[in-house]
Amino acid sequence: MTTKAETGNVEKVIFEGLEEVGAEPNDISREAEFEALDVDSLDLVELAQIVEDEFGVRLEGDDLKGLTTVGQVIDLVVKKAE
Amino acid sequence: MSRERNGTPEGCALVTGGSRGIGAAVARGLAEDGWTVAINYRSDSDGAAAVAKEIADAGGTATLVEGDVRDADALNEAFTSLESEHGPVLILVNNAGIRDDGLSPQLGDDAWERVVDTNLSAAFRMTRRALRPMLRARYGRIVNVASIVGPRANAGQANYAASKAGLIGMTRTVAVEVARRNVTVNAVAPGLVETKFTEDLNGDSLGEIPARRAGTPEEVAACIRFLASPEASYVTGTTLTVDGGLSA
Repeated sequence: MTTKAETGNVEKVIFEGLEEVGAEPNDISREAEFEALDVDSLDLVELAQIVEDEFGVRLEGDDLKGLTTVGQVIDLVVKKAE
Repeated sequence: MSRERNGTPEGCALVTGGSRGIGAAVARGLAEDGWTVAINYRSDSDGAAAVAKEIADAGGTATLVEGDVRDADALNEAFTSLESEHGPVLILVNNAGIRDDGLSPQLGDDAWERVVDTNLSAAFRMTRRALRPMLRARYGRIVNVASIVGPRANAGQANYAASKAGLIGMTRTVAVEVARRNVTVNAVAPGLVETKFTEDLNGDSLGEIPARRAGTPEEVAACIRFLASPEASYVTGTTLTVDGGLSA
């Protein structure tokens, strides 16, 4: 019972997920960098679980390596869901 | 009627190697604490069914999960099915363990690998699978059943000692990684406990134990139950020795 991953709803889920792990809502945008949002590696693990629960897309450790902005993760999830 | 779970989120408990001994005692204890308990077993289906029946007769809920903990795919499926039926696994007790003893010069690769795979690598894979839902739930308790063999020597058990010492090291590190999400990871280190697992060992070593007796599965289970409880929220990364004073 997962949702189809399209850019709009992936963005919504990831923005909400970032809030859930403690990022400041006003700072969250596609361009925002995880470091500036104070989102660390454990937060990203949790975000990956949120994405998996919602869209059935599994992000492994290597997938997230090198990704620095929120938009990059959104694009990756949409791409992996195709 | 089971006790209130003290405001813990919805979910269930999974005990590997739960058909007898320490695992069975833990399963019964967690059910008493109000948890739906999944009892994993490899071969002893009668034992597992008996434990589940005891739990049901006492008013609790238990479910059976057949499978060798080394079979990663099967266990992954088991997790997924538990999650859909009972919610996330919020308590994981990595209890399944085997021995295959021999003095090091004669200890074969097969005995080494089987013991390390079952006692250590499988526990890691179970832990990894359980963690993400626990992080998301902001609640989790993982208890690894180690042994005083590992920190201490026991001739003839190089493989077992390595696996159990590894489990203790893994416990510490994973605990540190996830502590701020209210997920705790601890170990217990039993000494000589009266179970089928140790029936060929009893006897001459009792004199060395300050308590002058072997422990019972229930005495070890009580410690695991505490570490798995909401009350143990500030205990993480530790190993609780349960050995009648043997390593004091």
